[in-house]
Amino acid sequence: MVFDRLENYRDPARVAALRERIDAAACSLKRPLRLMEVCGGHTMAIHRFGIHTLMPPQLDLISGPGCPVCVTPGAYIDAAVEWGESCDGIVVTFGDLYGVPGSDESLEEAAGRGLDVRIVYSPGDALDIAERHAERKVVFLGVGFETTAPVVAATLGQARSRRQTNFQVMSAHKTMPGALRALVECGDSALDGFILPGHVSAITGAEPYRFLAEDYGVACCITGFEPVDIMQGILSLVLQCGRSEPKVDNRYGRAVRPGGNPRALELLRRTFVAVDSQWRGMGCIEGSGLDLSESWSDYAVPAPDPRLESENDVRCSCGEVLRGVITPPQCPLFASSCTPKTPIGPCMVSSEGSCAAHYRYTL
Amino acid sequence: MCLAVPVKLVEVDGDRGLAQFSGSRREVGLQLLDRPEAGDYVLLHAGFAIQKLDPQEALETLELLDEMAGLRDSELKNGI
Repeated sequence: MVFDRLENYRDPARVAALRERIDAAACSLKRPLRLMEVCGGHTMAIHRFGIHTLMPPQLDLISGPGCPVCVTPGAYIDAAVEWGESCDGIVVTFGDLYGVPGSDESLEEAAGRGLDVRIVYSPGDALDIAERHAERKVVFLGVGFETTAPVVAATLGQARSRRQTNFQVMSAHKTMPGALRALVECGDSALDGFILPGHVSAITGAEPYRFLAEDYGVACCITGFEPVDIMQGILSLVLQCGRSEPKVDNRYGRAVRPGGNPRALELLRRTFVAVDSQWRGMGCIEGSGLDLSESWSDYAVPAPDPRLESENDVRCSCGEVLRGVITPPQCPLFASSCTPKTPIGPCMVSSEGSCAAHYRYTL
Repeated sequence: MCLAVPVKLVEVDGDRGLAQFSGSRREVGLQLLDRPEAGDYVLLHAGFAIQKLDPQEALETLELLDEMAGLRDSELKNGI
């Protein structure tokens, strides 16, 4: 069966054939292109499979803001620590967030001082922890894009049906389209095309990105995470740019339907409301966050005011890296004082941050 | 963090299912799927199936690509 064999999408002959097509298409370009992979999963895959080394000189692949952990502001970490200390509660998080710096300390450092922090694979595991510790309050740190928010919404549904009243969520969920609009509007990223996130799009479908092609003339392609997927996505972007016909192409048809996942979208609508959200390195972006709706207020621990700017380490260039203005090696801290063992900024902490990807696969 | 892996559902019981991947089995939440059935391939993310995978679409993608590139089975390490 085709899904049992990921090798299908890793076949060297297919990748080589796509490379030839990309080279040929790039030759007829009038100027070089800057293509951004938005998703941290794509960043990791591009480095892991060495796809950036296959690119002709006319193509520049840049990493974007699609690592949710990287764009979560320090103030959110501070609020989680404060909540845990105020009620002696259990803070439950995805592992990626554990080492991310807050203003003063990370969750990991707070756990070292005695805060009860637990790492889980699924928000469902957080609900199980609440069940086992009925006498204590449990908060799940809701971080992630449209891929993850429905999973948290489904868990909240389970909590309500189990009448689990000691389980709450502090939502810092974010949505992609507003951030992409901010990126193309701010201008300093100077982008020609987006490799759009495959698993966010499995939920949202292609429609929410149409404005990027139609209003801003940026080429877009949704694709998967295997080498053949990514090479197909890049080829689509180069062809779109060469013909000056930007659109939202979908090269991940096995997982992404035009309308996304309607059931998950309905669950999102019933559980969350769109709110302004603070993105590390990008500031407050209107309507780009998801907070629990009023009908779920008894399950909500408020997240910090989105207008609140965090005090980040002033030496850290993660903001510019997240906007694609500089590449990780252009940061003076990269691989000197900032390494995966001693990370200063979130792009080095997160396993799919672009600094971590560069460090692991390029050095 | 949006990491999701293709897995096969081997059992379905209401909102819960059992998925098989890489030789192991794991319980998955099925709240986000419309009429999941045993035998479906799904994308698994953070303990929940977030979308069904379409085998026909997957095959066609590879066939189209091979046709475009003029690739024959003998040139591929892994045929479809």
